[in-house]
Amino acid sequence: MEEIKLMKGNEAIAHAAIRCGTDGYFGYPITPQSEVMETLMDEAPWNTTGMVVLQAESEVAAINMVYGGAACGKKVMTSSSSPGMSLKQEGVSYIAGAELPCLLVNVMRGGPGLGTIQPSQADYFQTVKGGGHGDYRLITLAPSTVQEMADFVDLGFELAFRYNNPAMILADGIVGQMMEKVVLPPFKPRRTNDEVRKQCPWGTMGKTDDRERNIITSLALEADVMEATNNRLQAKYRIIEEKEVLFEEQNCEDADYVFVAFGSAARLCGNAMDALREQGFKVGLLRPITLWPFPTKRIAELAQKAKGFMSVELSAGQMVEDVRLAVNGKVPVTFHGRMGGNIPSAEEIIEKFKENFNLK
Amino acid sequence: MTKQDILKPENLVYQKTKLLTKNVMHYCPGCSHGVIHKLIAEVIDEMGIQNETIGVAPVGCAVFAYNYIDIDWQQAAHGRAPAVATAIKRLLPEKYVFTYQGDGDLAAIGTAETIHACNRGDNIAIFFINNGIYGMTGGQMAPTTLEGMKTVTTPSGRNHEMNGYPLKISDMLALIDGTCYVTRQSVDKLPAVMKAKKAIRKAFENCQLKKGTSVVEFVSTCNTGWGMSPHKANLWMQENMTARYPLGDIKNI
Ligand SMILES: Cc1ncc(C[n+]2csc(CCOP(=O)(O)OP(=O)(O)O)c2C)c(N)n1
Ligand code: SF4
Ligand SMILES: [Mg+2]
Repeated sequence: MEEIKLMKGNEAIAHAAIRCGTDGYFGYPITPQSEVMETLMDEAPWNTTGMVVLQAESEVAAINMVYGGAACGKKVMTSSSSPGMSLKQEGVSYIAGAELPCLLVNVMRGGPGLGTIQPSQADYFQTVKGGGHGDYRLITLAPSTVQEMADFVDLGFELAFRYNNPAMILADGIVGQMMEKVVLPPFKPRRTNDEVRKQCPWGTMGKTDDRERNIITSLALEADVMEATNNRLQAKYRIIEEKEVLFEEQNCEDADYVFVAFGSAARLCGNAMDALREQGFKVGLLRPITLWPFPTKRIAELAQKAKGFMSVELSAGQMVEDVRLAVNGKVPVTFHGRMGGNIPSAEEIIEKFKENFNLK
Repeated sequence: MTKQDILKPENLVYQKTKLLTKNVMHYCPGCSHGVIHKLIAEVIDEMGIQNETIGVAPVGCAVFAYNYIDIDWQQAAHGRAPAVATAIKRLLPEKYVFTYQGDGDLAAIGTAETIHACNRGDNIAIFFINNGIYGMTGGQMAPTTLEGMKTVTTPSGRNHEMNGYPLKISDMLALIDGTCYVTRQSVDKLPAVMKAKKAIRKAFENCQLKKGTSVVEFVSTCNTGWGMSPHKANLWMQENMTARYPLGDIKNI
């Protein structure tokens, strides 16, 4: 029987983590994502599934705990919000470099600096363009509903373990804080240590007599060796770009104009689109679900027929750069965004839309 | 009995430490790291816990520790080994987990991780190689560098007005309720080596006794960074380092 609950996006993440057999969560409090760890502590899964939940002394410690757990082949995760995620970037780079699977959650708030606890999407660049040092990529899922917050935990782990790569749920503060109905995922038992060894033969769970010692490292001092590592990573990233793009589109088939937006901005654009359709404008919406890999191909296809694109973001305009790359000059790509925790209304988006494309 | 019979490996008194790999060590001749590696490998072998032990290597000259001891290893970011080890131990509580860290790694950039792993009383062993300098990056000042000691970032000697004081971090760690064993050892002479080995064994044994964190500091030499011969470095260490960092148990419960 389906269990329908009413809860916040952050709470949904916590419940989904327990239910999908997560082995460990390591975090540090920060608004607007603290409910993730608070819910976990309240649920006390160490008594039921055996999941470890630990409040670390900092985000730096938390991400390195994730490194330690992931390097054993365990299913481990952390969550934070923007300033905390900035602090984690060195560790994220190490995890990507050592090719470890794990789940990261960033419930974004406005920056730069300490900024505001109000929602934002201004960590798009940090997440999909690098953030930490070196050439690496994060598989990035952008939920727009509480249901997706719950569903993307399992999906994120699936993708992370399929590619031995960190996966990120990049949510904005609205999705983290709002309450909606959610069907929680079914319970999946945690893997036994034997199952972990089988799934992750590279894991450092202690040597066995039938294999050489396992070493988890991202270090290679020789240029040729390090370049080979990079080439292997890049080849993996090309496969992910080929196979794992997810997006949702509405009314794009006959659209003259296409909104491109993710997370809660996509919901606002959905409302604007409906109103504009009623006014006779053929408007569609493309919502990237994976921000990396980005739905570049689909946007390029739509650009063959559409007259223009408009990216709407809770930032100064970050994803719009990827939309422009995809459209490649074929038609105009415009933008509207709000910053600092402000959210555009549907009316505001409609007005900007008409202004951007010179429509009456 | 022929000479050949007598020369069988099992009849020879001294053998290569079983758990040390055949890889040629990158350490400078005379460096303390090599001796400490050997002792750790011997203890793991003697306790029969090769398959039960996971090591966490630091950033520092010992970053390649994983090339030398035949166990599963993780290489941690600079200073973060105690956080990494915490997670391994929590997720695999039946295993023996240890970190191996230099003074820059443990007492500068990783101070928070060190203190908080100790404060949680995580049942891990921390092996702390205090050579009073940043060996790997070319001999810069470490938090443990002695006053007056010349390094490439304190060319006229460490001066507390500018650089603060040599940090006695093991004494600090002994004050924390989560530690059960904090000791300071050296590997400059045979009796010291024997004592140091006992301390390593105790630290490993504590991992399964749920008593808390064990810290073994090794007052060490970095003859290259100090610009001395190995012998002179040992003498200098005995005279100067142990005055600031006296050897012996600081806490043992
Ligand atoms: C984040 C970061 N900062 C700085 C460095 C450069 N670095 C590498 S090793 C090291 C110092 C190591 O000194 P210590 O821990 O005393 O080890 P030793 O080499 O003396 O054994 C530094 C600063 C780094 N690798 N990562
Ligand atoms: S630089 Fe110093 S610490 Fe590093 S291997 Fe050489 S002697 Fe040892
Ligand atoms: Mg040092």
